[in-house]
Amino acid sequence: MMSDLTKLSLAEARDAVASKKVSSVELTKAHIDAIEKARGLNAFIVETPEKALDMAKASDARIASGKAGPLEGLPLGIKDLYATQGEHMQACSHILDGFKPPYESTVTSQLWRDGAVMLGKLNMDEFAMGSSNETSYYGPVASPWLPPGWDADKGRSALKGDKKGLLVPGGSSGGSSAAVAAHLCLGATATDTGGSIRQPAAFTGTVGIKPTYGRCSRWGVAAFASSLDQAGPIARNVRDCAIMLRSMAGYDAKDSTSVNAPVPDYEKAVGASIKGKKIGIPKEYRIDGMPAEIEALWQQGIEWLRAAGAEIVDISLPHTKTALPAYYIVAPAEASSNLARYDGVRYGLRVPGKDISSMYENTRAEGFGREVRRRIMIGTYVLSAGYYDAYYVRAQKIRTLIKRDFELAYQNGVDAILTPATPSAAFGIGEKGSGDPVEMYLNDVFTVTVNMAGLPGLAVPGGLSASGLPLGLQLIGRPFEEETLFSVAEVIEQAAGRMSLPKAWW
Amino acid sequence: MSVDQATVRRIAHLARIAVRDEEVPHLQEELNAILSFVEELNAVDVSGVEPMTSVIPMRLPLRKDEVTDHAGADVVTRNAPGAEDHFFTVPKVVE
Repeated sequence: MMSDLTKLSLAEARDAVASKKVSSVELTKAHIDAIEKARGLNAFIVETPEKALDMAKASDARIASGKAGPLEGLPLGIKDLYATQGEHMQACSHILDGFKPPYESTVTSQLWRDGAVMLGKLNMDEFAMGSSNETSYYGPVASPWLPPGWDADKGRSALKGDKKGLLVPGGSSGGSSAAVAAHLCLGATATDTGGSIRQPAAFTGTVGIKPTYGRCSRWGVAAFASSLDQAGPIARNVRDCAIMLRSMAGYDAKDSTSVNAPVPDYEKAVGASIKGKKIGIPKEYRIDGMPAEIEALWQQGIEWLRAAGAEIVDISLPHTKTALPAYYIVAPAEASSNLARYDGVRYGLRVPGKDISSMYENTRAEGFGREVRRRIMIGTYVLSAGYYDAYYVRAQKIRTLIKRDFELAYQNGVDAILTPATPSAAFGIGEKGSGDPVEMYLNDVFTVTVNMAGLPGLAVPGGLSASGLPLGLQLIGRPFEEETLFSVAEVIEQAAGRMSLPKAWW
Repeated sequence: MSVDQATVRRIAHLARIAVRDEEVPHLQEELNAILSFVEELNAVDVSGVEPMTSVIPMRLPLRKDEVTDHAGADVVTRNAPGAEDHFFTVPKVVE
């Protein structure tokens, strides 16, 4: 048996389990131990060790009888936005107090179908609304990356306190990114409405892909903004992401926006040549005040792809600047509608009132956190009589223009687009957004366009900042051409060198 | 556009979220910060542009209108904060 099974990548673990060098029970136990020791990070909000060991034993039995699935025996973490039958699911909100869904989300059911093992539920921003995991009802997640200049002792003592000063793991899938970076699971499910897979991946030196809208079923994933939400994986390298996505993707009649197209074997695209691929560099992503190290990282990425035989072309996506403000109309509007169901009647929290209306109002005031209440109110306002055309319809027209920008680039032969993933490296817990909510929203400036246009986007580590923190590059693809993203990302990953993830200081 | 305090209260009521008096000024400030952030969209020329309805061009599928995987009333009401005999219970609505 290998010394530390949590050091394996998902692909390595898969091969070790399939060849019976390691049992799923051994692999799962190693991760259960790692999770227990990492409770201070607050990445897992619910641990399901007994379920995990039961699933691992069943996996070992299937392997023994030669019936192993593609993810057989591999322990994963599940974002709390996914329904997991009979297990905690609250979207990290107080309003779903005690909710245990009687059904399983399609995406997780496909992971279990393929043999994966569930370790527990992962922390996240409440209803996926946030970019730092600080809006969770269960408190913030600390990134396993220590702030510049901190030693392990200082980190540990901050974990015992309010975590202020430690780094955020990004959001909304902050529990997913932190758990993967800290080697608490081989990979994790995540979701992305405006950047919630790619930004946390970039902040933690991990890889995350938001597939094309319609690629993964949204059934059983708590809805935030239905026209933007997509499920996807976060893992420690490009290959691991490709393996997970194959199991997560696929047509589902229960999601009317699910697309009925065959799911390719994405892993085959990892390592494929990118010679002759046309990579677009959009000038509008060179924003005012962008740190020099982000600019340098982007330039480095361009050089790596050129060296691998790709053709680099300058492109223009003129409506880029409008994407973030338009998103802050579309997403809250859809959220205000989707979250109307949390009324204290069918599930979760109920706070009594003098009549039914005040019961609704009290329940929603106490059950939703500040950021969620704020977005519901903005959404209610932009959809209200007299403002619908001025805000919502206008934003949807702008969305058409954003998508058209990308279509024109792709019509001109561009295969993928390279941009920075975030405008900065990770910041500290408690540092941003306490006064002006817009300060936090600006984190998603490079990622949100992709959701508005329904395209696939992938974040891959490109290097470290001057202070030693991970920085990510983003690749944006044509609809349903995730394979190109995996091929191009693998070139970046190989050139950048394996990101050495943090040692366990926690 | 910006909202006044009366509008903040009206929106909160439409959204069925109780707000305390002392919360209103702060909420007003935050909502106005977001509204001023989205203001720049007014400068975009959208004449002749169709609003997006579906980001992936596809026809919405239809299925037969029939019971598919109804789990039963027991299961449906199990998570309710108040339920009796397979019904959700709520405070009295009609006197």
